[in-house]
Amino acid sequence: MQVQTETPWRLDHIIIPLILFLGFCAGMAEWARSPDWRMVVQGWTFAGCMAVIGAWYMWMYSGRVPDDESGPYCDTVVKAGVVAAMFWGIAGMLVGVIIALQLSFPNLFYFPDLAWTNFGRLRPLHTSAVIFAFGGNVLIATSFYVVQRTCKARLWGGSLPWFVFWGYNTFILLAGTGYLLGITQAREYAEPEWYADIWLTIVWVCYLLTFLGAIMKRKEPHIYVANWFYLAFIVTIAVLHIVNNLAMPVSLLGSKSYSLFSGVQDALIQWWYGHNAVGFFLTAGFLGIVYYFIPKRAQRPVYSYRLSIIHFWSLIFIYIWAGPHHLLFTALPEWVQTLGMTFSIILWMPSWGGMINGLMTLSGAWDKLRTDPVLRMLVVSVAFYGMATFEGPVMSIKTVNALSHYTNWTIGHVHSGALGWVGYVSFGAIYCLVPWLWKKKLYSNALVEWHFWISTLGIVLYITSMWVAGIMQGLMWRAYNDYGFLEYSFVEVVQAMHPYYIIRAIGGAMYLAGTLVMAFNLWRTVSNGAPEISLPKDMIAEPAQ
Amino acid sequence: MIHGWLERNSILLLIGILLVVAVGGAVEITPLFWVNGTVEHINGMRPYTPLELEGRNIYTREGCYLCHSQQIRTLRDEVERYGHYSLAAESEYDHPFQWGSERTGPDLARVGAKYSDEWHRAHLADPRSVVPESIMPPYKFLAETPLDYRDIRAILEANSDVGVPYSKDQIAHAKEDLEAQGDPNAEGVGAFQKRYPKAQARDFDGNPNQITEADALIAYLQMLGTLVDFKTYQADAPENRR
Repeated sequence: MQVQTETPWRLDHIIIPLILFLGFCAGMAEWARSPDWRMVVQGWTFAGCMAVIGAWYMWMYSGRVPDDESGPYCDTVVKAGVVAAMFWGIAGMLVGVIIALQLSFPNLFYFPDLAWTNFGRLRPLHTSAVIFAFGGNVLIATSFYVVQRTCKARLWGGSLPWFVFWGYNTFILLAGTGYLLGITQAREYAEPEWYADIWLTIVWVCYLLTFLGAIMKRKEPHIYVANWFYLAFIVTIAVLHIVNNLAMPVSLLGSKSYSLFSGVQDALIQWWYGHNAVGFFLTAGFLGIVYYFIPKRAQRPVYSYRLSIIHFWSLIFIYIWAGPHHLLFTALPEWVQTLGMTFSIILWMPSWGGMINGLMTLSGAWDKLRTDPVLRMLVVSVAFYGMATFEGPVMSIKTVNALSHYTNWTIGHVHSGALGWVGYVSFGAIYCLVPWLWKKKLYSNALVEWHFWISTLGIVLYITSMWVAGIMQGLMWRAYNDYGFLEYSFVEVVQAMHPYYIIRAIGGAMYLAGTLVMAFNLWRTVSNGAPEISLPKDMIAEPAQ
Repeated sequence: MIHGWLERNSILLLIGILLVVAVGGAVEITPLFWVNGTVEHINGMRPYTPLELEGRNIYTREGCYLCHSQQIRTLRDEVERYGHYSLAAESEYDHPFQWGSERTGPDLARVGAKYSDEWHRAHLADPRSVVPESIMPPYKFLAETPLDYRDIRAILEANSDVGVPYSKDQIAHAKEDLEAQGDPNAEGVGAFQKRYPKAQARDFDGNPNQITEADALIAYLQMLGTLVDFKTYQADAPENRR
């Protein structure tokens, strides 16, 4: 398997250039023929990406054996994923701080003639950049790293992992620039239009093939638990993505499409997708990280194999049902609302099963939290996971949801999960990966401490301000005066949010500052860190038995 | 142990995952397409006019749904603040739905006919000129940008393909209808109002010389939530209880 370089004929060397060439032609065709100027820009962007990737491919593969194909594992592509994740993470968080400032100081941060700077266009840029660009690159990089180590096999398909990396980031660029131009399906967390969705589908199938291929040729009898989670994430996201994005384009030369479903059915399909983007992208995928990096870093086995099995199957079974809790008291039929609420409450159990399995892995190694800030970050992420997955079921109870829905409480809830859980588990994994991949000692543990404390304070400011703001908003909307009239006009409630929006912006800025400290630390590690001498001897995790 | 098979065979594991995740969606979503009464049959609902549909496209393009919901819940304070709770039928021609998830700004499900066109023009161009405490972005460019409606016929056809009941007549006259609705003095107004009964035709943006994006957006906002005839709608009738 290792030596494929002598083979004269390789499938990936035919298929991938063919896809790039066809993609280039499609982009050029849109550029040349589309009457829609937005589509022209997108066509140009896409064709440009295809050309750059093609050139990179030729440079990488012509007349030499790239590192990824000479060593035991494809690791350069993992490095690329880590770099891309840091880049998009900082960009996405920066946009988040900007839109937080827009809501705090509308007279300073809006520009009447620049449509693309408005909140409505930047907000999907923020959510997509942090979830799909940052989170997605972290998942691709860590899954590539983990599956190879735990299977003792390379990724399948020769240069296919590189196509996954470049193709996915092309999708991100296409989606992000599209939002600024005003191209959107207006479906939350599924904003990219039909052509970007088709492209992502192609890339995602390749992702599944290269990942599954590594599992199929593994040299371990068992598939390690982290890979169950990664696999569930990859296949379920494929199903969700395809169904939710079924749409009829107005023209093949235009960006606009109309969703195949409408009204109440469309609402439930969108939130079936939306909630499981949380459940499978932001939870199952990142639990894969927990199951590899925490045992590895703590040098302890996973707490319970049995709990892993129960937690895995119940989590993926129950999550799918929870979507209707986004639609309580709406025109959705009552029975679906009640079913969705019920399963959302049940979901608390598998979520905490995962949390307990993650935390208890520290048994006998709790002292390491004092000395290893990276391990602390990973463990705190699991604690935030536990908190957010307790809060979620509470918010899905109809009486609570009547108050919390449509308010900033939801924003606070999302960010305790996003900043505390997804952010920290990603940072922890990257702090592990960079020294392992570049074989350098981490530049500074003190800077990790700084990162941890600045961003933790930022999270606390963010979520407490949004709790207060959200509950206040909900109470003010439903307040009645002594005469039986509504006490507050809508805009009085908007006004009451002002101080909390400012605190939120400060919290977000602190979190961004922490990430910048991290980026500096990693940069110094890679550029002139000391070579690592005490590399962990056993880089391959044992399957949980 | 059964799990031993699953974790030794990647294809079994893959199939297992697919089966397990398919259940919830199948049980919750598929009945909505065939259970009678998921969507009420009510008087007054009609597809969007071409100008309203263009307005809706601007609404989605600018991401209005990220701050404004279009769904009044069945709660006392919401009904008193915004009007009758939203019915499923009211979004049956919405591809995609725009119920929203946040109320950074107020719900818009029944904003139609609550404010004058002039108020909307001033508010869109500079929200703080009419509501000083507002934190909404300014949309001054809408009134300055001519509406690009070259593909309006194709837009109606695409909607028709996904199930919106546009007649052949409505599709064939999409362009004339759009122009007639934005210009009350145009010849086609009579024919337009025959095709879309009770639709409002007037110069929404206060600029009779051209049809702008503001014309389309205001036409859309002014019809939101106004279609259903609540005089004949009986919330307690058995067919409307879900």
